Amino acid sequence: MKGYSAKGVLSAVVKGRGGVSVSHSKNTRDCSTVRMPAPTQVVLPMQQHIGAPCDPVVKVGDEVKIGQLIGDTDKFVSAPIYATVSGKVTAVGDIKLANGSISQAVTIESDGQMAMDESIAPPTVNTREDLVKAVRASGLVGLGGAGFPTHVKLAFGPDKNIDTLVVNAAECEPYITVDYRECMENSTNIIKGCITLQKFLGFKKVIVAVEDNKPQAIQLLSEKIKEFAGNDSFISVMALKSKYPQGAEKMMVQSATGRKVPPGKLPADVGCVVMNVASIAFIERYLETGKPLVSRSVTVDGSAIRSPKNVRVPIGTSLSDIIEFCGGFKEEPFKIIAGGPMMGSALVGTDIPLLKQNNAILAFAEGTFNVKPERDCIRCGRCAQVCPMSLMPTLIARYAKSKEADKLEDSGVMVCMECGSCAYVCPAGLPLVQHMRLAKSVIREAGAKK
Amino acid sequence: MSVIKKLTVSASPHVRSPQTSTGIMLDVIIALVPALIASVVIFGYKALLVTVVCVISAVLAEYLSRKVMKRHQTIGDLSAVVTGLLLAFNLPSEIPLWIAALGSVIAIVVVKQMFGGIGQNFVNPAIAARIILLVSFPTAMANWATDSKFVMTSATPLASLKAGEVTEDLPSLLDMFLGRHGGSLGEVCALALLIGGIYLIARKVISPVIPLVFVGTVAAAMFIAGKGDLEFVAYEILSGGLLLGAIFMATDYTTSPVSFKGKIIFAIGCGLITSLIRIFGSLPEGVSFSIILMNIFVPHIEKLTTAKPFGTPKRDKKAEKAAKKEKKEAAKA
Repeated sequence: MKGYSAKGVLSAVVKGRGGVSVSHSKNTRDCSTVRMPAPTQVVLPMQQHIGAPCDPVVKVGDEVKIGQLIGDTDKFVSAPIYATVSGKVTAVGDIKLANGSISQAVTIESDGQMAMDESIAPPTVNTREDLVKAVRASGLVGLGGAGFPTHVKLAFGPDKNIDTLVVNAAECEPYITVDYRECMENSTNIIKGCITLQKFLGFKKVIVAVEDNKPQAIQLLSEKIKEFAGNDSFISVMALKSKYPQGAEKMMVQSATGRKVPPGKLPADVGCVVMNVASIAFIERYLETGKPLVSRSVTVDGSAIRSPKNVRVPIGTSLSDIIEFCGGFKEEPFKIIAGGPMMGSALVGTDIPLLKQNNAILAFAEGTFNVKPERDCIRCGRCAQVCPMSLMPTLIARYAKSKEADKLEDSGVMVCMECGSCAYVCPAGLPLVQHMRLAKSVIREAGAKK
Repeated sequence: MSVIKKLTVSASPHVRSPQTSTGIMLDVIIALVPALIASVVIFGYKALLVTVVCVISAVLAEYLSRKVMKRHQTIGDLSAVVTGLLLAFNLPSEIPLWIAALGSVIAIVVVKQMFGGIGQNFVNPAIAARIILLVSFPTAMANWATDSKFVMTSATPLASLKAGEVTEDLPSLLDMFLGRHGGSLGEVCALALLIGGIYLIARKVISPVIPLVFVGTVAAAMFIAGKGDLEFVAYEILSGGLLLGAIFMATDYTTSPVSFKGKIIFAIGCGLITSLIRIFGSLPEGVSFSIILMNIFVPHIEKLTTAKPFGTPKRDKKAEKAAKKEKKEAAKA
């Protein structure tokens, strides 16, 4: 695809090395987000973010309304959990999450009313401290998939020299279109949110970065910038090359600013904050209404889904209910993935709740993806060519198998973000991502011994 | 609620590119077909016979050696077919068939399988086998075709070029380009080799770096050796196994560096050694020796040229020097 160019739209500072051209499969790009009716019950795990789990503040039998606090903690790196339907708490206890970990969870049986908590009111925000506090209180975590509590990223002092906010609307994973829909349906909130964050946090520049396979979104956002921020504004839209993993945080920072985040460091160390586009729009809505994070959009797609959709769903709704709302399965599913096909995790069943950070549910029939026989490495070097982190996956795999911790540490495997580009291209069909994970655990084990 | 019987759970990524090892090998085989057709046209059915014997014995050797070593079968990846083809292309059409078959067995069993099979051999199997045959059967390996209606001269052009200038008894440059001269059966037709090379580059099986730098280095060296005689340079490029070696042998994944920088170093090395042997050595040809020598250097080249992980700060040599100085001074004080 040719690069996108239009007046007022920036082009990427660095094109970036590595990466793979994966089929976009954005089948649901024109499916406007539809709201799902109240589910019969929701299950709200107390661990829906990176950081400390929340403690339930309700007990069985309590009546709750939407937006009422049901879980919180005094730890900073955490995000409170709110009731997402109105009804009665029927259980508080341990459940197993999709990744196999055990978490406490609150089950609420819906009364079908979807009544809002009356005490909900817009927060008063006058200083940057107020803003960070408000964002924490909103329960927001990165909506792009990682689930990192957003306020932690924003809680930097004015002395930190952080000058750029990069708004991540790349959406480089195949199939997923929720961020694109966010751009098309809530562009006003996105741009207003950028202005608000700039006002309190003093960014010199705000870059809304979109892959160039979404020209309508680029155009709409440019128009909104003109409308709300004027012509020569600090906000601009940037068209990035559509190449996986363009949306990865470090890639994003490099493409948008030319800065490279060193190994083991964060974007903040090079003066950047990267935020998902839906998170920005949410912050603006929250500051206007005070309604915390109780629902989110997900793309439901894949060859086994009868009618693929973008759905706005109360958090905690069972995946099977969501799939049922999308017409159920038209074919027997072979693989169900939470997230995209490059980095999402395959699920053992659909009887699990939707979490804050889940952006897609994809169900595929057998034969959708080609399966390669696993052969010996032919040292073709394709994995090294595509690695966005400039690693040598095949070499790392070899060291990992022989558990050579010293060599692994030199190999730089700890910067691997498991984007899967290497395994995608490998002609020998090797499970390189698993080898990378093994390599990391070898290093950790060796470190623990020391 | 829908009932789900069994779901497949595996690690990401869930999508894979359509490219397979077998597909890559098949592309190499396709790229070698023009040269095979040319050799049959030039040297007759014997060229085909030698090729078939090499391929069959290579595949059989791979099958049997894997079986004996109780390892999983790998003949399905077609790499043994490629090795057989490449070895055949490095032999004269008059070679006794048993020597050709022996070459395949050496390539597959000794050079490839004994080091662990595909991806593990440290030198190119076909080249190593060719060199072993060259040393063991020098007469048979230099028995160039004389009865073909296409081949004008029995000596290879390189033997005539050795004197360092273009002489009368050389075939014309056009004959050199089309392959109407003596030589190994796959190396003579430059046109066919170029078609194969362009196909491999277009299919992204190989990068053009190694062939271009390899041939370029030889051209530059010969330009100096021939005192600026461009005709001499052209003869040097078109004769011997240079194009076959640069396009098909030096680009072997297993025995060439992965990084761009490494490829350049490797190819310059190949070109220099080839030129030195051709200019100063007593052998007429140096491509095989240059590639095998550089193959041995590959692990070291890799070590020197491996990219640093993304974002690794550049070494600040000035600061390092200053720090050292300070330390020294501190020690003095």
